[in-house]
Amino acid sequence: MDASIRLTVDGTEHVLDVDTRTTLLDALRERLGVTSAKKGCDHGQCGSCTVLLDGRRHLTCLALAVAYDGSEVVTASGLADGEDLHPVQQAFLDHDGYQCGYCTPGQVCSVVGMLDEVKQGHASHVTEDLEAEPDLTDDEIRERLSGNLCRCGAYRGILAATRQAATS
Amino acid sequence: MRAAEYVRASSAEEAVGLVAGNPDAAFLGGGTNLVDHLKLGVARPDLLVDVRRLPFGGVEQQDGPDGPVLRIGAGVPNSDLAADPVVRGRLPVLARALLAGASGQIRHQATTGGNLLQRTRCVYFQDVTTPCNKREPGSGCSAAGGYGRYNAILGASETCVATHPSDLAVALAALDAVVVTLGTDGERRVPMADLHRLPEDAPERDTTLAHGELVTAVEVPLTDVARRSTYTKVRDRASYAFALVSVAAALDLDGDTVREVRLAWGGVAHKPWRARRAEEALTGAVLDEAGIEAAVAAELSDAVTDDQTAYKVPMLTGATVQTLLDLAAEETA
Repeated sequence: MDASIRLTVDGTEHVLDVDTRTTLLDALRERLGVTSAKKGCDHGQCGSCTVLLDGRRHLTCLALAVAYDGSEVVTASGLADGEDLHPVQQAFLDHDGYQCGYCTPGQVCSVVGMLDEVKQGHASHVTEDLEAEPDLTDDEIRERLSGNLCRCGAYRGILAATRQAATS
Repeated sequence: MRAAEYVRASSAEEAVGLVAGNPDAAFLGGGTNLVDHLKLGVARPDLLVDVRRLPFGGVEQQDGPDGPVLRIGAGVPNSDLAADPVVRGRLPVLARALLAGASGQIRHQATTGGNLLQRTRCVYFQDVTTPCNKREPGSGCSAAGGYGRYNAILGASETCVATHPSDLAVALAALDAVVVTLGTDGERRVPMADLHRLPEDAPERDTTLAHGELVTAVEVPLTDVARRSTYTKVRDRASYAFALVSVAAALDLDGDTVREVRLAWGGVAHKPWRARRAEEALTGAVLDEAGIEAAVAAELSDAVTDDQTAYKVPMLTGATVQTLLDLAAEETA
């Protein structure tokens, strides 16, 4: 069964018909040709399909596209300002925050969303004082990014990149 | 995946009517569990009724008949609930349980109501090629005698040894929360202790809700004991994993003596396990390691373990001792 939906992806508005079973990830990749969001596990376990959905980091593999009619999606491809990389993208380059690069677009979107959560004062599982302003220690970064796996094991670089992006 | 019609409900009443009137219909909230089940073939609805955008309200303090309560709309995402200032200040066990669950991405997507209604992560339930009484009543249980590391040790039955995976539900059980639902007969208020059920001979039913009954809100009493509360989750890796065992606890001391204690466990049963026998043993007594161990032993006197689940007894005992002694240290600090 098909449904017509409207999505804004990286600043471009699209109207498309999707099968009601189509995930947001498949709609992006297979229907709109936006391949920045990656299909890793397709079961919400790896984080490689992470985008910013209406401003917050979000998986696209466990989301039916039809349920997000009218939403705004920003993928890692839409973060740069023309030729100027987003500070998080630049930090990943500066610190080798990847090896094969497959998980990187999801990692980058996750870091962007996570830093915004920190700015809003959100605590994490490892935050000692739930009511204090969060202090983004390495343990905090590791915990807050635990939803993004990197099978190459580039975590040291991702950690360093996140530290740089948090202070830039 | 079975073809399914999709309807975005414009009211809770409409949603209830649509799902109650079709045995193959399902509510769709954040979808973090259901969409996975659609892909796996574990759930095969022919109608999805989207309730995510219904105006269930946010998080607000209200005056209840027995004192102030925090009313949480069923659609409130786990991340927003964990960040709520009242939750952080007055119900720390709730914030801690939420933050111990899933990942940053999933907490934005998962809703309060959906979290409570998520289904077991028993590997056989999620694998349609294996017998499972919960997924296909009467087909048998593959987990008893199979991969059993996450199996229940309390309240299991011959038909099912699955555990409930929600962290939030364990915290809400300790806090005596009430779940507000809407069904075809109108609104109903269900104490958390009565929401989930033990498997008995009908493991296909996780809860006492009727088909088509919709969770619309959760009300949590804002008590004094809840101010000194926390959640301990033990898992195979430090983050982004389900509980092997977990402890939700709240403690009020009078000197060294327990004035009031709340204790609920996750990872041990088909429902969040409120440890009332242990609470009774602890109340009025001096809080120390030996006393907590004895209280846990009393609660676990009916526990049934095997080679794969025997570890849960010492793990749960240690986690409960540590959680309560840490709360006591916090209180005297």
